[in-house]
Amino acid sequence: MSLLSGTNLSYRIGNLSILKAIDIEVKPGELVGLIGPNGAGKSTLLRLLTCVEQVHSGEILYEGRDVNELSTEERARCIGYLVQGAKAYWPFTVEKIIGLGRIPYQKWWRDASVEDDEKVLQAMKITETLAFRNRIVTTLSGGEQTLVMLARIFATDPQLIFADEPVAALDPYHQLHVMEILREHARDDRAAVVVLHDLSLAARFCDRLYLINHGELYRAGTPIEILTAENIAEVYGVKTRITGDAEGVSVIPVSRLGDHHP
Amino acid sequence: MKFETIPNSRLLAGLGVCLVVVFYCALLVGPVDISIVEALIDWSRKESSIGSLILFDIRLPRALLALFIGATLGLAGAALQGLFRNPLAEPGIIGVSNGAALGAVLVFYFGYANLAWFALPFGGLAGALASVVIIFMLIGDSRSNVTLILAGVAINAIGGAMIALALNFAPNPYAIQEIVFWLLGSVSNRSINELMIALPFMLLGWVIILYCGRFLNALTLGEETASSMGFDVKRLRWFLVIGVAACVGAAVSVAGNIGFIGLVVPHLIRPFVGYEPRRLLLASTLGGAILLVVADIAVQLLSSGGELKLGVITSLVGGPFFLFLILKTRNTLL
Repeated sequence: MSLLSGTNLSYRIGNLSILKAIDIEVKPGELVGLIGPNGAGKSTLLRLLTCVEQVHSGEILYEGRDVNELSTEERARCIGYLVQGAKAYWPFTVEKIIGLGRIPYQKWWRDASVEDDEKVLQAMKITETLAFRNRIVTTLSGGEQTLVMLARIFATDPQLIFADEPVAALDPYHQLHVMEILREHARDDRAAVVVLHDLSLAARFCDRLYLINHGELYRAGTPIEILTAENIAEVYGVKTRITGDAEGVSVIPVSRLGDHHP
Repeated sequence: MKFETIPNSRLLAGLGVCLVVVFYCALLVGPVDISIVEALIDWSRKESSIGSLILFDIRLPRALLALFIGATLGLAGAALQGLFRNPLAEPGIIGVSNGAALGAVLVFYFGYANLAWFALPFGGLAGALASVVIIFMLIGDSRSNVTLILAGVAINAIGGAMIALALNFAPNPYAIQEIVFWLLGSVSNRSINELMIALPFMLLGWVIILYCGRFLNALTLGEETASSMGFDVKRLRWFLVIGVAACVGAAVSVAGNIGFIGLVVPHLIRPFVGYEPRRLLLASTLGGAILLVVADIAVQLLSSGGELKLGVITSLVGGPFFLFLILKTRNTLL
């Protein structure tokens, strides 16, 4: 059974159709990549799947149950969502930010329990943020901040993680680090969905890819099936060189195609 | 600037002890020297002495009002700064305090103020309620904080204009003076009855705001993240607006506009709670109470002849102090 499935998902802003009849499925143990040009509707799709926005039509099932039947608390415990460019608005310490991940388990009058502290510690170990647990989050580098934001999600211990461009603006070291953490999470009964612009990373880490264009699902399949020069030329409007070796597939954009009107 | 985060219990206990001390001092201050102990003994024997009269009819209502209004302003300021994620927000920003002020001014204008002691507070509460209704209509289904702030700006502008109009057409100079003095903000010459009208609304507002503490913490990561963490952002924002409106509206209804407490207190306390909006709430409540009780003591000690108004002194001290804070922390300010 799939962990999460969305059928015929549509979303509009006024009369403008943002997403049209998208079908998506996430199975346990999978790392699913959402790719597509800017403005294709990837982030909107994540907002729908995380219930931050309500779909206008279609159905989202979580383990076979309609997501709207789950209590908000249940949903918050099962589904972690790393927003695009996540940042902290107050200068919290790293540990405190990660502690926010325990909110779905806490009552409004209560402080952190021993279990909460353990989960936070575990999250810091997974993301290797233990070393700067007492630093102020706003003083960290972009890469470190992303790890902290990811750690906040791990503190919630969700089954399913959605991450919107988690590696944008990160150096190669941190890109790989973040992808490895997500890859490690997506095992057994857990899964992750990640929006990516780096197609080589998508090829290397994801089990399946959804290529989205103009609010519609263009193709879905394994990276080998999706990342072809034709598909990329059609959707992104760029010519690419695709190479493969023992380490995986690399997709290198070479030049823009003149006749492409996104 | 580097501050050590103080454990919650110790911080709250410290502030609580402080509050008890300044509250006791507030009962000692006044033109007549009275013995608190003797007054209490007289009161317990149900003998009416000068001391017990002064204590229970004058000083206690005044000190209690200062305490509850200061607490309300501190809490409401902390709540709105958390909601807007901006250390410059203050209770007046959503327009409710000006709405309440307008309600009270209209009571003065139409001459109902002296008809019954409850006319003024009721006028103020009606004004606060009207502002909330207007905010509701202006905001509709919008989820943007900017819309909420703009609604506040609009209500503040309309309220200000109407107050000016009332002053312009005031029936006599005495009415003008009454209105202006009331607008300056004060807790003197209030009875326990006025406190009793305002208190339920204040407490209701406090409970609503404190309930939203976890939500304010989650907002540290932005609205979208808070939403994914199980919070209905739109609904909880309404909770906060209503909570702030109830307690601030009630506070303004009995005491007029007292500025800067709601701005300065959360700002002062924030570093000691590790910038955590939820922990800031209770600490700011106590801090606001302490500061306003102290300010009211200062008002009484400094006044000679015409009374210095509480709202004047909080602005007089609060404004420059806030400037000083900005200068001192501008590098660490968000």
